Amino acid sequence: MPAAGVILDCPSHFDVLDFVQVVADHMGQVGGLDGDATHWLGVALRESVINAIKHGNGEDRSKRVVVECRLEPTAKPTELVVRVVDQGAGFDPVDVADPLAPENILKPSGRGIFFMRSLMDDLSLQRMPEGGMEVRMVKKLV
Amino acid sequence: MTIEERPTGDVMILDLKGKLTIGDGDELLKDKINSLVQQGHTKLILNLAEVPYIDSGGLGQVVRTYTTVKQHNGSLKLMNVTKRIEDLLAITKLLTVFDVFETEQEALQSFS
Repeated sequence: MPAAGVILDCPSHFDVLDFVQVVADHMGQVGGLDGDATHWLGVALRESVINAIKHGNGEDRSKRVVVECRLEPTAKPTELVVRVVDQGAGFDPVDVADPLAPENILKPSGRGIFFMRSLMDDLSLQRMPEGGMEVRMVKKLV
Repeated sequence: MTIEERPTGDVMILDLKGKLTIGDGDELLKDKINSLVQQGHTKLILNLAEVPYIDSGGLGQVVRTYTTVKQHNGSLKLMNVTKRIEDLLAITKLLTVFDVFETEQEALQSFS
């Protein structure tokens, strides 16, 4: 039986994105997702890691980004749960601008969290008690 | 990513090949567009047939291309957009902003 989870502890550099993509593709396949669903999982996970590196850790290579992908429940998985945790100051999700608002449509940035929310089945964002921001995303397998 | 210029009349077609993502293609596209606009090219078509993957950074660069060209009284068209990129354009409402064409002929004719 394939492993039900993967944990990556990455430096804050965009070079890790291709490997994160490989992990997303692998977990999607292990979870039985089809090609499109696996693609969107990868896009959402990449966006989360990009945000953690860029906005969370400020591209400070001494800070880490932890990515955890698990199939839950282990015995008979129905969900793929992804956690991405950075070591930044965190932010209040209510302060994130709506990229669909007319005044934001033509802005070149600000779509990352929107992609995560749109492409996954559930998204939660919270400051960790020990510091850093946690992004938790869920993709249903059935 | 690579970008090949293909002048066609007074229109510049850019054939993009490879991923258009943050750190891989986004800066290349930005530099290419700035260079072309400075040279006076303001009728542009992005051929996305061979762009299998785009993220929010890449999409943002397409938006930046659109606004840069607009600011110089030009126009940007997209052609051969893959289904997955079209889906991202749809959910971000950018399909209502960009002129998207299925064929090169249609994209070229739209400038006349």
